[in-house]
Amino acid sequence: MSDTTASQGWFTSLANPTRFLALSGRILPYLATAAVVSLLVGLYMSFAAPEDYQQGITVRIMFIHVPAAWLAMMCYSVMAIASIGTLVWRHPLADVAAKTALPIGAAFTFLSLLTGSLWGRPMWGTWWVWDARLTSVFVLFLMYLGLMALHRAMDDPARAARPAAVLTLVGFINIPIIKFSVDWWNTLHQPASVMRLDGPTIHPSMLYPLLVMAVAYTLIFFTLHLMAMRNEILRRRVQAMRRQAAQAIGAGGARP
Amino acid sequence: MMALLKRDLAIATRSGGAAMLGVLFFLAVVAVIPFGIGPDLNLLARIGPAILWIGALLASLLGLDRLFQADREDGSLDMLVMQDWFSLVLTVFVKSLAHWLATGLPLVLAAPLLGLLMNMSATATGAVMLTLLVGTPAISFIGAVGAAVAVVLPRGGLLVSILILPLAIPILIFGVSASYAAVTDPDPFLPPFMILSAIALFFAALGPVAAAAALKGAAD
Repeated sequence: MSDTTASQGWFTSLANPTRFLALSGRILPYLATAAVVSLLVGLYMSFAAPEDYQQGITVRIMFIHVPAAWLAMMCYSVMAIASIGTLVWRHPLADVAAKTALPIGAAFTFLSLLTGSLWGRPMWGTWWVWDARLTSVFVLFLMYLGLMALHRAMDDPARAARPAAVLTLVGFINIPIIKFSVDWWNTLHQPASVMRLDGPTIHPSMLYPLLVMAVAYTLIFFTLHLMAMRNEILRRRVQAMRRQAAQAIGAGGARP
Repeated sequence: MMALLKRDLAIATRSGGAAMLGVLFFLAVVAVIPFGIGPDLNLLARIGPAILWIGALLASLLGLDRLFQADREDGSLDMLVMQDWFSLVLTVFVKSLAHWLATGLPLVLAAPLLGLLMNMSATATGAVMLTLLVGTPAISFIGAVGAAVAVVLPRGGLLVSILILPLAIPILIFGVSASYAAVTDPDPFLPPFMILSAIALFFAALGPVAAAAALKGAAD
């Protein structure tokens, strides 16, 4: 690498989509392997973990449910950071990152809502309650879907980028609401037990599988996100090439 | 800015304007509820504040897509966006204010009549009016963001509602809980009302800035 690119930093050099494709292509196999391995280890640890004395075997839903909820929030945070990248630095890949994270985040949110519902039925005796945590996550799901609809509604991806980024940032106020909803409102959902200032209040035999699963989910997210970003870049290239080809034909036809 | 306010108000109140239409829609939503759940007056009195709030929320969303669309069609939006940053934010603020004066304020004024139809007590009606007075501007200000985002779309109306509804849910929650707190005895009225006021002020500050950013982005 020459001196100029080194002084610009690797983040700026990533702005070149070709370089991004090359770099991500090299990272992806390792990332995917790490994701699969950690998921297998996490699943094994989840099933090896002792059953809860009150909840019995249903406590294992936690290992699917809790990381999915974390990832649902992290994915939106990634989108918010990417949106800042779009609005402030006009980083050309930030818009791609924000757009491709959408369906992944929606999937994690849906997974956490679904598993939470399955867990809530035996534990709380109901599939769904309108408590603060559940409602705010449901709102997050609606926002993912709304943003996806916004991207779908615009045919030119470059035009959708900045309005969508603004809306993503406005919607970010929901993330701290989700995080602190169980502390602010005393509701059915249990309060935070892992991410606390005074340390986790959950027994290590269950904490470690949970953390491994969280790592696995994070790796899965980054693997899928990189793959989706590569797809989106290639898709935009194909679109641009098609447009050029069509223009060339149009120009050729107009000439006598 | 006063001229802009007057102009927007004049457009809204003239023929085909959103003002009367919003109130009529509000009336229709509230009138449909008794058909759906039955004419039990006690039940209606109990859920009345919530119904009034939902009706007002939907009616406020109704005309939002026209906020910048009309300006875009006659080309004046480009002139507005070409101003410097501060004036643009101020313009969006004034336009949102005009939208509220044209659609939100009539809803507040229509609320007592509908409260009567819902068999609500005088205190409950007063509480609903007060919360609507504070809460509906918040819907207009945050709605401006959705309207600005969807301004480049040919048919953005439905999309604006989908994008804004999740963000408006806190307004609804605290508006309704303050209204209920006024009639049910042990609950204090002030805390949810204060949070509602805080949300309104927050959106009044955030909404125009975000909407202006979206308009700039859409114009590039």
